[in-house]
Amino acid sequence: MWANLSTAQAGGIVSTEVARRSTLPGFGLTMGLTLTWLSVIILIPLAGLFLRTFELSLDQFWGIVTSRRTLNALKISFGLSFAAALVNLLMGTIIVWALVRYRFPGRRLFDAIVDIPFALPTAVAGVALTQLFAQKGWLGGPLAELGIKVAFTPVGIFVAMVFIGIPFVVRTVQPVLIDLDPEIEEAAASLGASRWHTVFRVILPSLIPALLTGFALAFARAVGEYGSVIFIAGNLPNVSEIAPLLIVIRLSEFRYADATAIAVVMLMASFIIIFAVNRLQRWAQTRIPAH
Amino acid sequence: MSTETTLLPPTTQLRTYAPSADLTVASLPSRREGVRPQAPPSPQNLRTEPGPVRFIIIALAVSFLTVFVVLPLVVVFASAFSKGVMAYLSALAEPEALSAIRLTLLVAAISVSLNLVFGVIAAWAITKFEFSGKTTLITLIDLPFSVSPVISGLVFVLLFGAQGFFGTWLQAHNVHILFAVPGIALATIFVTFPFVARALIPLMQEQGTQEEEAAISLGASGLQTFFRVTLPNIKWGLLYGVLLCNARAMGEFGAVSVVSGHIRGETNTMPLLVEILYNEYQFVASFAIASLLAMLALITLVVKTILERRLDEGQISSDD
Repeated sequence: MWANLSTAQAGGIVSTEVARRSTLPGFGLTMGLTLTWLSVIILIPLAGLFLRTFELSLDQFWGIVTSRRTLNALKISFGLSFAAALVNLLMGTIIVWALVRYRFPGRRLFDAIVDIPFALPTAVAGVALTQLFAQKGWLGGPLAELGIKVAFTPVGIFVAMVFIGIPFVVRTVQPVLIDLDPEIEEAAASLGASRWHTVFRVILPSLIPALLTGFALAFARAVGEYGSVIFIAGNLPNVSEIAPLLIVIRLSEFRYADATAIAVVMLMASFIIIFAVNRLQRWAQTRIPAH
Repeated sequence: MSTETTLLPPTTQLRTYAPSADLTVASLPSRREGVRPQAPPSPQNLRTEPGPVRFIIIALAVSFLTVFVVLPLVVVFASAFSKGVMAYLSALAEPEALSAIRLTLLVAAISVSLNLVFGVIAAWAITKFEFSGKTTLITLIDLPFSVSPVISGLVFVLLFGAQGFFGTWLQAHNVHILFAVPGIALATIFVTFPFVARALIPLMQEQGTQEEEAAISLGASGLQTFFRVTLPNIKWGLLYGVLLCNARAMGEFGAVSVVSGHIRGETNTMPLLVEILYNEYQFVASFAIASLLAMLALITLVVKTILERRLDEGQISSDD
């Protein structure tokens, strides 16, 4: 039914609008296939999730979402993600500055490895970080002597979230910093502004949209992250249990309603973040004519 | 240029598509009060910081990346080979390991080829024609990037699980989707859905429709036009999308974990086997499998860098 509907709709558009603009063939066919495949793989399954929540009464939904364990899992996921994204914002700015503005041995290599947290499968990152920060690990050992326990505590979750978020701020800000007009800084400097002043009053303000976008992307990624976190987390209910793990646990207990309700809350949160990022991008674009 | 954004890793957006240019120019704050008259610095120092500051920034960046990125990667290989090469090789030769490798390759082959075909079709529809709702369509295609992997698996459990919408029907007809290859493939297709389309859309948008229109007006059929004109123009971008799609397909953990059922020797992909072996304290075996996935990631990064250079060159030559 979907296929027929979408092909028909697409066909309607062809005859009215597109025929004027494009002489290329295949709009009806490709659009129909696109909408069909999109519906089957993405839209219908996601709609199923929301349909499932409608089977719950509002009280039931509220009861699940505000239960102590769920609330704590959501707090841990969102709170630690926010903290990790802040670290990514700060360190990402420093890394991108070093990569773009300075020449040092190994710069290109370090530039390339920024992408490793994207490319490395999350389970591999998870076991590697756990091994590294466990009490007998290369970093866990020395830290334990200082009295800092990382693995199997909320600190471990935070560390994994920092790892997974590294590329976002760097890769969002990098092209902007590269394209930044050198004349702006030169003007500021020749007008007598100190370098400190130029960086914090002139350069960083023009990077703000990119910085915020990178921050939001890192935050969103960390909230949904599962593979790299669960190994190092310890997974103690109410203490070091992230929301995605609680979904998996509820599923394994066949408590579908609970799993669905938590998933819906997380989905809504990520939709809000997408919306915010979209607004950020639009804001960044509207700043051009103002210039 | 559309303004849609997603949780897509920024690197997977081709440079041509990144809204970078749009973000660059910002209004200068006109703050006169903060500007003190000073001797103007020499021109070469205008755009850099004093030596010690430079040193501290570089040191911070390098040590952060070393601790958080290099060390985890080194740990994978060090742990895999901690009992020697023979232990490493015999861990990889285990039947369980071999079946996980086979399943991972099978699932990646299915999901990458389907997403390849879809990506090309979607990119054709989106870039070669004008229609309303285009931005919305691209946002919908990007949706899987913003969904937690666990939720990507959950949606298929809700559809095909025993309590799912189609659960009873599937049971009655003895069709196995969940805890079997179809479910794992579906979840993988879901999470890798946007990669190919994302790589092609900016490229094809940039290239426009003139060449194709010329081919059509000279009497070529639609398919001839695509294979003779469009495909040669987009081949590097297509490869780029397939590369990233494949890396994610082989490495996906969360979504697959939810739908797999963890049946040993049957429904465990490589990332799932890493987890199982690790939880059983079989560290050498776990890291041996992990090392294969880490190598996949490294190779992917190298090829990606090469492809990005090609794409940049193509960019320059087409601009001329």
